[in-house]
Amino acid sequence: MSETLRFRDPDLAKRVAKKIQKLTPKEDTVKICHVCGTHEWTITHYGLRSLLPKNLEVIAGPGCPVCIVPASEIDEAVQLAQKGVAVVCFGDVLRVPGSKESLLDAKAKGADVRVVYGVGDAVKMAKQEVGKDFAFFAVGFETTTPSTALEIISKPPENLSFLVSHRVIPPAMQLLVEMPDLSLNGFIAPGHVSTIIGLKPYEVFPEQYKMPVVVAGFEPLDLLFGIYMILKQLNNGKPLLENEYVRAVTREGNVKAQELMRRVFEVKDGNWRGLGTISLSKLELRDKYKAYDARSKHNVNVEHGVDIQPGCRCHLVVIGKIKPSECPLFMRACTPEKPIGACMVSVEGTCRIWAKAKEEQQIGLEFS
Amino acid sequence: MINMCLAIPAEVISTKDGKARVDFGEGVLREVNIELVEAKVGDYVLVHAGYAIQVLDEKEAQETLQLWNEILEAEISQK
Repeated sequence: MSETLRFRDPDLAKRVAKKIQKLTPKEDTVKICHVCGTHEWTITHYGLRSLLPKNLEVIAGPGCPVCIVPASEIDEAVQLAQKGVAVVCFGDVLRVPGSKESLLDAKAKGADVRVVYGVGDAVKMAKQEVGKDFAFFAVGFETTTPSTALEIISKPPENLSFLVSHRVIPPAMQLLVEMPDLSLNGFIAPGHVSTIIGLKPYEVFPEQYKMPVVVAGFEPLDLLFGIYMILKQLNNGKPLLENEYVRAVTREGNVKAQELMRRVFEVKDGNWRGLGTISLSKLELRDKYKAYDARSKHNVNVEHGVDIQPGCRCHLVVIGKIKPSECPLFMRACTPEKPIGACMVSVEGTCRIWAKAKEEQQIGLEFS
Repeated sequence: MINMCLAIPAEVISTKDGKARVDFGEGVLREVNIELVEAKVGDYVLVHAGYAIQVLDEKEAQETLQLWNEILEAEISQK
């Protein structure tokens, strides 16, 4: 699709950057927060921060669904594996530290842990190996949740259960906007979460918090346009909810996907690694589908885990309070090869994104 | 770069029983689940973890770029 390349046009990017420079107030600091690991990847990979004025900060919020899975849930997955259940998960969940060990550690000790690209692969495996118990570790925000819901509604095989760890992102955004010391001026809302949920869940931000929100896509120009749109709103003194990613996001979102999620899951209070409990932020199976709950089926329940290892500052990185480079462990004791915190494990973790860019020295290449 | 969120648009080549064969470009063909969307052959879909989550609106893509060029031109002349 050639349009994708046009959304990476360096000349257009420079023109938008010039507009952004003009619109940014000279005196104040403007802080814009995004909540998506892929937005951070684009920003870092294309060196977008180097195009922005020094007093315009774009910070990375908790946009990494793997990073915020509490250690207690990793421990539950490990327990399942140790009980002989084949635990099926996404690739970067494998190395996320639990209180004592990761799923990879359990696998190294002989547990059956398998990596898949999508939940459909777990269903296939369970159908092919009828005598074996499988548990799919369902991690992800609203982009991923509909596929889990779809498979559960489609009557998965009896030997497959689900360790549900899905969470929803707008309550985490609300948590951040209510942190006075973060002093946010605007949000870039996640692109693909928004293809599912539409625009309505973000209305609370301009309406109640007077906070601009722009839904942006994942190409560099999507983000630059999104930042420009926020600055325009701040200039006009009128916070709005706007959509830059119109080619993929509609006002109502994917109604079919939303309906599936509502049928299968209910929203409860939930623990987020590093952020504590966020109300109405975690999904649990409705009673009708409880038969597929891995926890009750295999009698596994961990109340509390060790979320942050000594010295680790993921809890500060994940709310954008510090940059990865401001963590003393970054690229010293904590590297992509030997990660200490979840932020360095997941491909959407802020620390890992920064580490990879540093290693590959890709910053600024595309637009130089 | 394999990434959870980044869903590269893929063109629907054929459909059958809730699945579609899609083309990610450069000869990369995959089978994906299209039960979350209403997609037909020729549509571009956003694929995430093996599932199409939205049908892309090509017209909107072109209009976005056109609109932005117009805005940038207008602002420069308004200086």
